[in-house]
Amino acid sequence: MKVLVPVKRVIDYNVKVRVKADGSGVDLANVKMSMNPFDEIAIEEAIRLKEAGKAEEVIAVSIGVKQAQETLRTALAMGADRAILVVASDDVHQDIEPLAVAKILAAVVKEEQPGLVLCGKQAIDNDMNATGQMLSALLGWSQATFASEVGVEGDHAVVTREVDGGLQTIKVKMPTIISVDLRLNEPRYASLPNIMKAKKKPLDEKTAADYGVDVTPRLSVVKTTEPAARAAGIKVGSVDELVSKLKEAGLV
Amino acid sequence: MQYGLTEEQEMIVSTVRSFVENEIYPHEDLVERTGEVPAEIAAEIKRKTIDLGFYACNFPESVGCAGLSHLEFALVERELGRGSMALNHFFGRPQNILMACQGEQIERYLMPAVRGDRMDALAMTEPGAGSDVRGMKCSARRDGGDWVVNGTKHFISGAEHADFVIVFVATGEDDTPKGPKKRITCFLVDRGHPGFTIRDGYKSVSHRGYKNMILEFDDCRLPDAQVLGEVDGGFEVMNTWLYATRITVATMCVGRARRVFDYALDYAATREQFGQKIGKFQGVSFQIADMITEIDAADLLTLAAADRLDKGLPANREIASAKLYASEMLARVTDAAIQVHGGMGLMDDYPLERFWRDARVERIWDGTSEIQRHIISRDLLRALGA
Ligand SMILES: Cc1cc2nc3c(=O)[nH]c(=O)nc-3n(C[C@H](O)[C@H](O)[C@H](O)COP(=O)(O)OP(=O)(O)OC[C@H]3O[C@@H](n4cnc5c(N)ncnc54)[C@H](O)[C@@H]3O)c2cc1C
Ligand SMILES: Cc1cc2nc3c(=O)[nH]c(=O)nc-3n(C[C@H](O)[C@H](O)[C@H](O)COP(=O)(O)OP(=O)(O)OC[C@H]3O[C@@H](n4cnc5c(N)ncnc54)[C@H](O)[C@@H]3O)c2cc1C
Repeated sequence: MKVLVPVKRVIDYNVKVRVKADGSGVDLANVKMSMNPFDEIAIEEAIRLKEAGKAEEVIAVSIGVKQAQETLRTALAMGADRAILVVASDDVHQDIEPLAVAKILAAVVKEEQPGLVLCGKQAIDNDMNATGQMLSALLGWSQATFASEVGVEGDHAVVTREVDGGLQTIKVKMPTIISVDLRLNEPRYASLPNIMKAKKKPLDEKTAADYGVDVTPRLSVVKTTEPAARAAGIKVGSVDELVSKLKEAGLV
Repeated sequence: MQYGLTEEQEMIVSTVRSFVENEIYPHEDLVERTGEVPAEIAAEIKRKTIDLGFYACNFPESVGCAGLSHLEFALVERELGRGSMALNHFFGRPQNILMACQGEQIERYLMPAVRGDRMDALAMTEPGAGSDVRGMKCSARRDGGDWVVNGTKHFISGAEHADFVIVFVATGEDDTPKGPKKRITCFLVDRGHPGFTIRDGYKSVSHRGYKNMILEFDDCRLPDAQVLGEVDGGFEVMNTWLYATRITVATMCVGRARRVFDYALDYAATREQFGQKIGKFQGVSFQIADMITEIDAADLLTLAAADRLDKGLPANREIASAKLYASEMLARVTDAAIQVHGGMGLMDDYPLERFWRDARVERIWDGTSEIQRHIISRDLLRALGA
């Protein structure tokens, strides 16, 4: 079985995000970019499936600007076998919307015939949480979202999902699309031998046009604002002090 | 110099950076408070480093290691420099002088060291001989076919964890027109060998938990099989292998300075006084400008020196300049970072006072700033007969 893992290049989770002066979006100039953390978890899970003998090949695919090649190299250094870069824009500020991404992924799926697509539940830049679900609809495949445990058993997968108020375990028919949540696993670091090998692994470059997908944005951003600033905290020396401070603030 | 890093090199940097942030930073406060690295934490760091294939990555592929270039290794060390030296000691980088091992020394010392089974320490300095290495008193005399060593070494980093030490000892004296000159031999000595003791050294203000130890040799009997390199060839092995270690100091200073800088930049951008961010005052913003300029300069100077080594070009002066400039830069940057933080910079709520203390030793060990200036100036003036 092949496992296809879409990975997105996003602003690094450690970076303090700055809104552009005109409010049109987030400033990405000279900002550190990394693989979307949920996608790292998806790559890790795919590699574990391969290590457990349940998958033969892990293919990472990224859709976006050419620089997403770095993100794919990271996936290869973690242990993916090969990568596909679909260049869909040359402007780092243009986000490729979930529907366009899902359409391109659907075309890649038709070409590659994976038995499983493992994707992050959302990308930390726009928090859309839509690509996996849209891909499922386009392909007519089953889907299991927010996975915190994944088991592949023959022609079906058993997935534990993190839902409001608890966990739900479902069984889905393969081929399927699983979107992964934070607690599924702890992604590995790229090992030094794998870093050195990554360059030698195949990385195919395509364009959105190769798949006949129009990536023109359908959504327009009206306004982007900074989250409201939180007041600084204080340190208290004792429980008594804590209680009196809470009283002062009218909270107890 | 080919400017810019390759994709692999960028990945090496980001992997080591994440490792330091996730595996080293969380234990730093504990080490700082107790002055000790708990054995379980040390073992865990070591195991993870081995699993990642980074252990002994300064060693060549011929001994089963990664065989990084000097430049790549400098990048690894630069990222490690962000974290506690006491902790990242276990991200093992044995002394590459062990490549001088011959015959059965290879299986007894070199291979166990690069596999992480045995740890080493390197001992040159003595109470009476620091910068003046050749002035050492620790000596060995022939007795039968063996050597009998007597003397004391001090300031020996990491010796508390060492399973064996690499030690430089005087094995005779030659008369030269400039006066008597000691002959030096390098020995490998196992912990627990009769006549050899390792005891606690001094408490240092820099790098808590990264201890320095005192080694004592009292009629310590060693066969010729313990000689690393040739008898009386200690300076040759030293010059061949220890030449590059100053790059480590320089590049670690750069990594640490970047970590410190991020604190200063963040504080300048958030702290308000007189109704505005202090970064708006030129008195603060110009300090920020000077800090980053010096950090970048030290970074490039260091990587350029490492690159010269990779190209087989003479690099002694360049390495000395990098070590000198980066260590002095770190002193200025840590001081300025405290200044930007005002009174809070001195308090141990922030790690800045620690970085400032830690910076102090960098201008002393692996050759003081004065010795580096001596190397640089002699390199230029000797050729002109001055
Ligand atoms: C924490 C720590 C760990 C260390 N770890 C190790 C280790 O693992 N192994 C090891 O072998 N050593 C180690 N050292 C020793 C270190 O390399 C020496 O401290 C260093 O070489 C300086 O020697 P010294 O301290 O004896 O100072 P000295 O040589 O006595 O110097 C005193 C002062 O005189 C100046 N000076 C000396 N000679 C000259 C000259 N010719 N021209 C101008 N100025 C001069 C020096 O620059 C300095 O300012 C360590 C030191 C420290 C502090
Ligand atoms: C050990 C200790 C004991 C103390 N004891 C006392 C005490 O007994 N009583 C008491 O009242 N206070 C005391 N202080 C407080 C001390 O006076 C303040 O720390 C000092 O005035 C600086 O204020 P700050 O630390 O808030 O730094 P900030 O004022 O926040 O300064 C941060 C940085 O911004 C710079 N900066 C601020 N404004 C400007 C400007 N307009 N232009 C250019 N640069 C600017 C500062 O120079 C500094 O580099 C003590 C402080 C310490 C560390």
